[in-house]
Amino acid sequence: MALFDAVLELADDHLVLGHRLSEWCGHAPMLEEDLAMPNMALDLIGTARTLYDHAGRLEGAGRDEDALAYTRGEREYRNLLLVERPNGDFAHTMLRQLYFAAFMEPYWQAALSSSDSVIAGVAGKAVKEMAYHIRHAGEWVIRLGDGTEESARRMQAAVDALHPYAEELFEAGAETGVLPSREAVRPAWEASIARIFDEAGLRAPSVAYPQTGGRQGLHGEALGPMLAEMQALHRAHPGATW
Amino acid sequence: MVAAARAWEAASAVPDPEVPCVTVADLGILRSVEIEGGVAVARVTPTYSGCPATLAIELAIEAALRDAGFEARIERVLSPAWTTDWITPEGRDKLRAYGIAPPEGPAGKAALFSVPEVTCPRCGSRDTTRISEFGSTACKAQYQCRACAEPFDYFKCL
Repeated sequence: MALFDAVLELADDHLVLGHRLSEWCGHAPMLEEDLAMPNMALDLIGTARTLYDHAGRLEGAGRDEDALAYTRGEREYRNLLLVERPNGDFAHTMLRQLYFAAFMEPYWQAALSSSDSVIAGVAGKAVKEMAYHIRHAGEWVIRLGDGTEESARRMQAAVDALHPYAEELFEAGAETGVLPSREAVRPAWEASIARIFDEAGLRAPSVAYPQTGGRQGLHGEALGPMLAEMQALHRAHPGATW
Repeated sequence: MVAAARAWEAASAVPDPEVPCVTVADLGILRSVEIEGGVAVARVTPTYSGCPATLAIELAIEAALRDAGFEARIERVLSPAWTTDWITPEGRDKLRAYGIAPPEGPAGKAALFSVPEVTCPRCGSRDTTRISEFGSTACKAQYQCRACAEPFDYFKCL
């Protein structure tokens, strides 16, 4: 079941971050971003759907993508704490996106040669989408970090708040044989972030106590309310179609 | 006409639901149509992971095959991943005539912070500027021509 767990973790990361981004729909600071964030949310949720479907087949217990997404409680979710962090201001959302995409792009790059054909297929699509997300979020992080006094202050505040969640990206799971090593992605992630922070004039704080626990189902208080809203309809009307 | 060719003809004429000037064959998302055990099997590769049109496209192809008298089945093929390189030359001409700039150059790993030079589909000027990375659908970006001032969609190169 190591592979089921690992695929489920990945799927949870994508669904939770996709849902968080979708919360901006209708509330973004400008029209372009109101289009951009739901578009990126679609990429993430599309990837999550394929991964949940795959996980359901690996498990072989009859759970489909809806069952996995909508009927598991908070403690059963295995997503990174980073992706469940509330949207905060626009700087927080863009930094969270950058941290995730800068990890997933090289991760999917490594997964292209996976012997699991579904994983390799997802990787082929997602690697391009993540490159796009890095560019979009990276441009904003630079623009805000290197912008006005106020934008720089808020961008740095986002870095200070979210940097403790970065370490969990590299937490190793059980060996599956078909998914890339997460630790091996670290140099590429650090290089991307360093380059962007350098241009943005941002400083990464030193982190004494990295925030982890998402992979064990130990979440912050923000995840429960998010899942409650996301799952309410399905739980009220199980199996409904229209 | 042999059955496989007839099935291809029926399936390949299905228009894209969001960009109806081009067919699923023009876009290269219809990979193949084969007759297997009396059933027409169409293999389809989605453009984007979350493309909301994927299901609509699959249903439309299935309906077109049934209308042509076939028992039909759709298979979603993820690998190799779709790229804009698969849009046919004819498809590119149709996009341009429709007012959408087709993707420029071969798809490669998108360089960080590079912005492609895009030709205005109306007047042909290369003096264009990107308004937004994201446009009316996930596969397009918004550009504006500095020469004729026309805003237009650019089919992103992926």
